[in-house]
Amino acid sequence: MSSQSASTPKPAAQAMTNGSGAAAVLAAGVGSFSLAVLAIASDKLPAIKSLMNFYRPTGPLSGVTTTAVFVWLMLWIVLRWRWRDRNLAMGRVGRVALVLLVLSLLLTFPPIADLF
Amino acid sequence: MEITTRGLWTLVHGMGFGALYLLACSGALVELWRRYAPNDLSPVNERDEALLRWYLLSMAVLAWITVLTGTYIIYPWYRAVPPVGTVNLTGYPQRLLLSNVATGGWHSIGMEWKEHVAWLVPISITMAFAVFNKHRRNLRNHPELRAAVLSFMMISFLAAGIAGFFGAMLNKHAPVEGGQTIHLMQGESR
Repeated sequence: MSSQSASTPKPAAQAMTNGSGAAAVLAAGVGSFSLAVLAIASDKLPAIKSLMNFYRPTGPLSGVTTTAVFVWLMLWIVLRWRWRDRNLAMGRVGRVALVLLVLSLLLTFPPIADLF
Repeated sequence: MEITTRGLWTLVHGMGFGALYLLACSGALVELWRRYAPNDLSPVNERDEALLRWYLLSMAVLAWITVLTGTYIIYPWYRAVPPVGTVNLTGYPQRLLLSNVATGGWHSIGMEWKEHVAWLVPISITMAFAVFNKHRRNLRNHPELRAAVLSFMMISFLAAGIAGFFGAMLNKHAPVEGGQTIHLMQGESR
């Protein structure tokens, strides 16, 4: 019995998957992008502006940021749960997330936001 | 030497939390770039790993405190609406900036960009901390994940820089002042 155990090779240590990391990266990209979209929407549409007024002293910024953070966290939780044991094409996920983040940076710049 | 409570909050928000985040950013970028590169053969010990985990966590906490104090404490003072007929707009920075064509852009471009772009920072750095906390030295085996984290951190550095620059310029042209006056020190007068 002991010799059999000794000859049985140990299973290789399971490599850590990148699913949870990919979920965090993509959710951060989408969350940032949702902030930019909500900022433009609340600036252009009076109904959205009024809807985003969660805390009167701060104005619509309170709703825009709170909603974007909510979108980010919810998406992160869902993606993390779905991708926790998976290996994804991280290069593609990372590029999509980065494009969304750069777009967020640009879309929050007022002269660009005013084009819409 | 005196400072008002609003001035003190602005100082703590910008020179304290915000500037500290900017300073910390370069250190984290270098560490993540240098020590966790896929081709780096030098071992990463637990102490190094723990240091970066605490470092990134501290940065995330700093980023959240910065945007929350900015959005919920200072911004309401900045955008306060003066009573009808107010001539002296010193206590109403947004209105003071908009009252002059030469300074209006600091609000319509500077503050409008700053108030939103700053929020990309805590989102990015929280993600960076979460990924590092999960993968730690194993990040060397995921070069594309590491590249994504580094890219987000660089953008967060840029976003924090934009917010910091406009914060400083806004406070230069229309400082957020008011509240109680705090006497810091007695100076000499001539």
